[in-house]
Amino acid sequence: MSAIAPSAALASSPTTEIPLINIQIDGQWMQFPKGTRLIEACKKAGKFIPHYCYHPKLSSPGNCRMCLVEIGTPKLGPDRKPLLDSEGHPLIAWNPRPAISCATEISEGLAVRTDSPLVRECRNAVMEFLLINHPLDCPICDQAGECRLQEFSVEFGKGESRFLEEKVKKPKQVDIGRHIILDDERCILCSRCIRFMQEIAKEDVLGFVKRGSYTTLTVYPGKRLDNNYSLNTVDICPVGALTSKDFRFKMRVWFLKETKSIDVNCGTGCNILIGSRENTIYRITPRENDFVNSCWMPDSHRLNFHYLMREDRLKSPKVNGLDTTWKSAISEASHLLSSHPSSKIAILASARSTLEELFLIKLIIELLGIQQHDILPRPQSGDGFLIAPDGNPNTNGARLTGVAANPPGAQLEKIVTAIRNGSVSGLLSLGEDPTKIGLTDQELQKLNFLIVLDILPNRSTAAATIVLPACGFAEKRGSMINLYGRLQRLNKAISPPGNARDDWEIYRDLLFSLNSPSTTTPRTFEELWKLMAAKLPPLAGLNFGKIGDLGFQLDLPWLEHKGPPPHSAPAPIPPKMPQNGNKSP
Amino acid sequence: MAKVIQRPKLTLAEMLYLPAILGGLLITVRHFFDTLLGRKKVTMRYPEERWDNHLPDYYRGAPALVKDEHGRERCVACQLCEFICPPRAIRIIPEEIPSNDPWAKVEKRPKEFEINMIRCIYCGLCQEVCPEQAIFLKKDYSFVGYSRQDMIHNKEKLYELGGTMTGLVHKWNEKK
Repeated sequence: MSAIAPSAALASSPTTEIPLINIQIDGQWMQFPKGTRLIEACKKAGKFIPHYCYHPKLSSPGNCRMCLVEIGTPKLGPDRKPLLDSEGHPLIAWNPRPAISCATEISEGLAVRTDSPLVRECRNAVMEFLLINHPLDCPICDQAGECRLQEFSVEFGKGESRFLEEKVKKPKQVDIGRHIILDDERCILCSRCIRFMQEIAKEDVLGFVKRGSYTTLTVYPGKRLDNNYSLNTVDICPVGALTSKDFRFKMRVWFLKETKSIDVNCGTGCNILIGSRENTIYRITPRENDFVNSCWMPDSHRLNFHYLMREDRLKSPKVNGLDTTWKSAISEASHLLSSHPSSKIAILASARSTLEELFLIKLIIELLGIQQHDILPRPQSGDGFLIAPDGNPNTNGARLTGVAANPPGAQLEKIVTAIRNGSVSGLLSLGEDPTKIGLTDQELQKLNFLIVLDILPNRSTAAATIVLPACGFAEKRGSMINLYGRLQRLNKAISPPGNARDDWEIYRDLLFSLNSPSTTTPRTFEELWKLMAAKLPPLAGLNFGKIGDLGFQLDLPWLEHKGPPPHSAPAPIPPKMPQNGNKSP
Repeated sequence: MAKVIQRPKLTLAEMLYLPAILGGLLITVRHFFDTLLGRKKVTMRYPEERWDNHLPDYYRGAPALVKDEHGRERCVACQLCEFICPPRAIRIIPEEIPSNDPWAKVEKRPKEFEINMIRCIYCGLCQEVCPEQAIFLKKDYSFVGYSRQDMIHNKEKLYELGGTMTGLVHKWNEKK
């Protein structure tokens, strides 16, 4: 899978074809591109090889020994040419010594047995060694349920221990970073975290000390694992040695419902899994997508979901500060909008809204003929890796629908001036706080009407004529276009609190209440997509289902950089072999 | 191969039914007088009399949490009982044991442990699945309450029911 995406692999030149190599996997002859690691070739052939230290996005140190397989090379005749069988395939001379499949690159005529008695015996013995010093604290270990050691112990282990001696004691509950607790007794010394910090996060803070029976994973003296990508080490830890302080002891993983979605904290749109149980989100983990974020995501983004469970979430629509029904709030809003001349109304939309919502906002703008509308841009410096230089997740969606000015934010100053001098007396703030564009509380109070759609109370909801409580990113479905033109889906993991409603439904009801012609007003999400695909050329032929879990690359004319983010998808690092020549530039 | 069964040939008395009915009535009347005259006892005068002392060892009453002879609450909030519970009667909120606790090395314990006794079906799977020997089905079977909330056993009530149990495996001792 990983070989398709990385920019480095494709960038070289389309004419240089990677030659295919014949290898035999469990008696079947197959072809794979040169340079494939044996473990990956076996995986593609449907033969899963258990492994701990190997990770497709990291180098192969080959230290866990779990992926041992039996390999063979072509038998050579007296003329130094391979002897062929009746079907023209080379005869195999099996190597009596097993080899690790993670650090073996495939070569012509290589043969492998992934499930022979010798291989099974190897796995069994490796499991027994790994479990010798491993504590039996699965009932309190957060990894239980998604632990490779548990899984492989069931599948390949012997189910009992012959070890009667005392287990080695190592430090437990070590606070090694802002978000991370380390339990050294559980560590199986796979070194994935060390390699992640060296190769991906590029901050070398983890290492082994006291080599031998007492090998201990630790941070270097005077250093801490405070990197903003540190929680990825928890994800790739095959056991419960590294645990997240935020998720620690909160919920067992087997209760979590995992919903595929995307991160909305910046323009990258990292692919995520939302782990929730009964309307509470417990954790967010990155989901592999080589077109966007590879296997990683920043800590600051994955931990930014607790606000959805806040007690003071907006739960009921309000008119003039009093709770009311949706019906009366919507009809009151449409009354205010239609009784004012469109030149006196401005819309402050949000590039944190989904494409669907922005499209419906655009329909409202067109229906009423509103001239002054824009989004609040959030330029930021980014970190050169997965935090994009744009704090809005859907700036491109706002541009595509035409809700944003060109460039986004260009109209904001005009809107503020117009509100100050009174030429605009009605404001729709859809998912943004108008105090952030420089309007004071007094200026908001002075407006004839202020309609605010949001999820949390702020200064503008206090001043608002009408408050419409909406959904957070995990409570609705929709799509967003990331900074590099990739259209990706959000999915609903939990239900919104109280009477809060899905944003697009609010806009739809408002459209109907404003007497929008029923032929061009979508009633269902599917109709909405049909209309969007017809009206927005880059979406032609698409529907919500076609976007897929990995997103869909759009060709937006204003984009300079299309495809994977500049740094996010590191090419798979070839195995460390002495004769390895294909170094990437 | 179909099997042919011969119907039994009935006598005239059997075909009339009446003699059999009268025979049955006779038995009923005999039991009636036996009980009336106190010659025979079929029921127990609950609640003055109870089965409590005659319950078999395998009797499954209400689930309860136990402490061991060190006074340690044995539950570590692994939530396996919550997972296995067929009627979903169990709710657990875990918490970390503070570092000044003598059993801080166990790291985890239930902050809240609730068993809804309206839902509980006394199946005993929680006891079977518990890796820590912390939950047992005791002999208590009679629970009443004025509200649904009364019927939810919280952690305090569960430890009160369970009490102390000795002779259990100690895996959290020094050697571990």
